[in-house]
Amino acid sequence: MLDSRLIRLIDGEGGRATSRLVREVFLERFKSPSLNALCDSAIRAVRGGELAFTTDGFVVDPLFFTGGNIGKLAICGTVNDLSAMAAKPIMISAAFIIEEGFEIERLERIVEGMAEAAPEAGVEISAGDTKVVPRGKADGIFITTSGIGEVVGFARRPELIRDGDALVISGDIARHAGAVVAVREALRAEPPIESDCAPLWNMVESALEAAPQIHAMRDPTRGGLGGILCELAEQSEKRFVVEESAIPISPQIHNLCELFGYDPLFMACEGRMLFALPAESAPALLEALRSSQYGRMAAIIGRVEAGSGVVMNTRFGGKRLIVEPEGAPLPRIC
Amino acid sequence: MCLAYPGKIVRIEGDTGEVDFGGFTKMVNLMLMPAAKLGDMVLVHAGFAIGATTEQDAEETRDVLRRIDSAFVPEEPR
Amino acid sequence: MQKCLEIIPDGVRLNFMEVCGTHTMAIARMGIRASIGEKIRLISGPGCPVCVTSEEDIALSLQIAAVKDVIITTFGDMMRVPAGGKCLLDAKASGARISTVFSPMNSLEIASENPNSKVVFLGVGFETTSPAIAATVLRARERRIDNFFVLPMMKLVTPALRYLCEHPDLTIDGFILPGHVSTIIGEEPYRFIPQQYSKPCVITGFGEEDIARGLLQLTKMTVEKRPSLENAYSRAVPREGNQSAVEIAERVFEPVFAMWRGIGGLPLSGLGLREEFKRFDARAEFDLPQTEIALEPNCRCGDVILGKIQPTQCPQFGHKCLPTNPLGPCMVSSEGACAAYYKYREV
Repeated sequence: MLDSRLIRLIDGEGGRATSRLVREVFLERFKSPSLNALCDSAIRAVRGGELAFTTDGFVVDPLFFTGGNIGKLAICGTVNDLSAMAAKPIMISAAFIIEEGFEIERLERIVEGMAEAAPEAGVEISAGDTKVVPRGKADGIFITTSGIGEVVGFARRPELIRDGDALVISGDIARHAGAVVAVREALRAEPPIESDCAPLWNMVESALEAAPQIHAMRDPTRGGLGGILCELAEQSEKRFVVEESAIPISPQIHNLCELFGYDPLFMACEGRMLFALPAESAPALLEALRSSQYGRMAAIIGRVEAGSGVVMNTRFGGKRLIVEPEGAPLPRIC
Repeated sequence: MCLAYPGKIVRIEGDTGEVDFGGFTKMVNLMLMPAAKLGDMVLVHAGFAIGATTEQDAEETRDVLRRIDSAFVPEEPR
Repeated sequence: MQKCLEIIPDGVRLNFMEVCGTHTMAIARMGIRASIGEKIRLISGPGCPVCVTSEEDIALSLQIAAVKDVIITTFGDMMRVPAGGKCLLDAKASGARISTVFSPMNSLEIASENPNSKVVFLGVGFETTSPAIAATVLRARERRIDNFFVLPMMKLVTPALRYLCEHPDLTIDGFILPGHVSTIIGEEPYRFIPQQYSKPCVITGFGEEDIARGLLQLTKMTVEKRPSLENAYSRAVPREGNQSAVEIAERVFEPVFAMWRGIGGLPLSGLGLREEFKRFDARAEFDLPQTEIALEPNCRCGDVILGKIQPTQCPQFGHKCLPTNPLGPCMVSSEGACAAYYKYREV
């Protein structure tokens, strides 16, 4: 039972509080098999193949950050959720809730962000809606999207993950969260701390051609790489073993996390994909990823074994169990 | 008890200083280190420089990354 | 690590206490508790500022948060600490204005931007953090910011160390001393530990090599029965510490009686505002009735903090007491001994 009748911020931060809210408030009432699978998109068989369908909400603060804005984020998040199921994005809808008094000039920059990202993923924004609420009733602008995609080959699912699979991440982690902290804490940086926000369909398409046997994919967002490792391990009922020293992270982001007391494993990404595939196809996948502009730092970070949970071999030769935090990391002194 | 991280003072303005933590800088209060000068390595806790440290300290905490850097520096894609 | 284990004779198991919560976290992140477990038992001490904050002080923070036109500023560590089943997150959901800050100084900007609100900074921390809070009070007075207040809950580490050394049934062979507290107070304040209680202790840094070096020096002194004070973090801890910081803290604060969660009352172990700065004291500004807090009956955080039991020996650990339903602050604070154990349960 939810212990407090009020929605709290933590219930929206992508940690276990959020999954508890989803389970107890939505899943129990909707009783929908597609929703209960808790994957990134719902799959529905149609004549001549399978369609993937997904939806997402965007309330990011700050609205603008180096490397993108809430508009670009909305398209990339939806494209990446479809790509994670090996579905080529074909249609996206976007609904806007805008606060009275929001500057038109900023709205234009947001829409431009969306208009750039969509064609790059070859998807059309084919439905939309806009509502305005009185001043003070919304925090500037909220965007909700939904997206439909055509599954290429077969839909990749956690259930397909096998013992001995390799785990590959397409780039360095925690970059989006770093860009947001840089704005909030007025950090100055050369080169600027840039979000990894990017539409990944083209990269995933070339990955699927180079390694058709990919078993499962998932794009880390709010909960970071650690969040989806825990999610996939649980949904595939396997144990994931990862090497801390193999997880790519830029020195800039590592130092930022150490200064503010954040664990980069659980800091948000917005343009990364995790792959689980047979180990022998991992080199081919790496080569394909590294030749894409969003996969330069792709790396094999671990493997799949029988068992449960996520275990990390630390840089220092120790072992630790990776457990999802209750909510988003907060700046700490201790 | 207290997270503190090393950085180098690259600019001083009154009792605040711009400190480089390796890839970014942040304004830090120097009231607790009146003798701090340009180029000093300082430990920063809760937005304040609390003590001097050595270049080696920064190396050691960032060295951790050198081991990682080598792990993921990609060869030129063929 | 290997060297430590080699010099400890077989069949001998040493109990070392890492006093500081940041050490607890770093040790857990390294994942070494298991690998050295059968010869060295690392016990987490009272070194996490949120962990040792009394329930009464947390309840008072929640009461102040609920007062009209009050803005609470706090380090993130305090947001999820419960008292009587409620924490600052719940207070925020009920309409309280609370913002997490990286530095106490940020409170002054918020105070100037909200002239008709009272900004109250939750003052937690040890000797590392008190000078920063003192400097903020001095800056507020200098700039005549009169809507800024501090709720002083800061603690001093040496009274707690003395209490531990005198505790009859404590089986600690040696102490890993906090690195950054020592950057401020230097080496001298710990001298009494080897001299009066013949316990070896080592000031230790937070990098992996630092912790390995600290543990090795502590092990050598213990095995060779040579109790003394060593400084394995001299690059950041000069002998005399940072006297300007100590002076600023002493100008604004004075030692007072303080309640420590799990330990109880310790004289002159907390910090309160001196008479000259009383107008900044949130306790005086909001004289609210002292609420009685129903103590969580089966919460054994106190014994964990004292090192009497390991978190895993608490019957509630991992059952009723979970990150989703923390009974005591050791499970809530990401720095707490139980949270570190649960989060980094070694395999």
